[in-house]
Amino acid sequence: MSEQTVLFDAPGPRALRRYRVIAGAGGALSLAVLAWVLVKVGEKGNLTGAKWSPFLQTETWTEYIVPGLVGTLKAAAISIVLAGVLGLLLGTGRLSQLAPIRWVSSVIVEFFRAVPVLLMMLFTFALYSTNNVFPPSQLSLAAVVTALTLYHGAVIAELVRAGVGGLPRGQREAGLSIGLTDSQTLRSILLPQALTAMLPALVGQLVVVLKDSALGYVITYEELLNKANQVGTADQNIVPAFLVVAVLFIVINYGLTRLAVLLERRLNRRGRTSGRAPAEPGALPVDLMRTNTETG
Amino acid sequence: MAELFTQFDILGAFRMTILLTVLSAIGSLVIGTIVAIMRVSPVRILQFLGTSYVNVFRNTPLTLLVAFCNIGLFVNLGLRLADQNSPTFLVDNNIRLAVLALSVYHAAFVCESLRSGINTVPTGQAEAARSIGLTFTQTLVHVVMPQAFRGAIAPLGNTLIALTKNTTVVSVIGVAEASYLMADMIEQRPDVLYTTFAIIALGFVILTLPVGVAVTSLSRRLAVKR
Repeated sequence: MSEQTVLFDAPGPRALRRYRVIAGAGGALSLAVLAWVLVKVGEKGNLTGAKWSPFLQTETWTEYIVPGLVGTLKAAAISIVLAGVLGLLLGTGRLSQLAPIRWVSSVIVEFFRAVPVLLMMLFTFALYSTNNVFPPSQLSLAAVVTALTLYHGAVIAELVRAGVGGLPRGQREAGLSIGLTDSQTLRSILLPQALTAMLPALVGQLVVVLKDSALGYVITYEELLNKANQVGTADQNIVPAFLVVAVLFIVINYGLTRLAVLLERRLNRRGRTSGRAPAEPGALPVDLMRTNTETG
Repeated sequence: MAELFTQFDILGAFRMTILLTVLSAIGSLVIGTIVAIMRVSPVRILQFLGTSYVNVFRNTPLTLLVAFCNIGLFVNLGLRLADQNSPTFLVDNNIRLAVLALSVYHAAFVCESLRSGINTVPTGQAEAARSIGLTFTQTLVHVVMPQAFRGAIAPLGNTLIALTKNTTVVSVIGVAEASYLMADMIEQRPDVLYTTFAIIALGFVILTLPVGVAVTSLSRRLAVKR
């Protein structure tokens, strides 16, 4: 938190007193808001033991929460792997020496980045179901995975491009000067360094994939949010059910975010790659910043 | 293709998308600025509250927030944001709940954009401000924030683009915007699936592409020359 020391001096006695007053007021206000929320939530009987006891029963977890979690993680895992492959292909495509390949990759990347994931999901769901591409049981999973793969593949393609662009020029020049071709230089010198440098950003992207998989709710994919809805309907406790699922999401995603930060610190300390690790939004190049603020 | 435009209110749906985007952009800018100021303030508890806000809402799926605003806040807790006796109560209420969810969610990203903007302001600026005797608030309002907003145009613009696309999520609670219309069109006219998708997708390209171009050129033009 370096910017904090920039914005204000070390407080003297008067400033300290003022800070304490503000802190007291802020604390009191937030406690008041919290109390008000609890009262409002409690008024509708959401805080009674009956509403929360389903979460103490194993059936709630084995029937709903765990299968939902598995559904969410499964969709996210398949999507991030496929998106990684697609992103690598499109990213190297955009760096190709052949102009047509570059153009085609650029158009694909820009298109899938501009179209909302939900639209893609609705479209692929309708497409698959009218053409009977997948068995009905796998239909919604296939649509979720396709939409997430296309969108995040395009985003990862931009990460790859930025990763390679962030390397010092000497790396490419050195490769070419020892007689490697352009594609050899890209494959064996630039990409390995770029991929290491973008690892934190990739982990950060996984957070977005996890959040986006909740869109499967719309096409009745059996993920966490859908299951929360089912719990809420079955046990008449929709507010507690949503809260539990929200906490699950927050814990998983916060853990992943911390992991990304750790990875970035480690990479910076080790210094084995000459690329920068663009995990902090501030460190990203202008046209890439979009990736860190994406959907949900 | 023309018959699709007469059969379905495509322009109306995109008007709703734009309305949701504009209202939520204003809402998230206001909330996000407040949270960002809390995060850089000298008071510990405000920092903690700001950080918690960002961590909670950045890690929650927007779909969950939107669904909760309807099922939780409205149906269960009885929060009403429109006049209950009005004939369009349900529609108005859902639009306002949607704007609430979108604003609260994107405020976390606005806050992070502003913070990255504050990081672009050189230390010397704040030091100079303090050395001529300005307080924290004065430093922030007159010296740091004006430069931070200019430095944050690129991330803020990208948040706006993400917000435009994220308005599709509120179709979950039945707000009649572009993706809601698309689901409706797919159901009623499965024969023209590709055209439907092309029209709606093109609509979003048209909405987001100029914003992207404008953001890039604005962020270059307005960047504080150093």
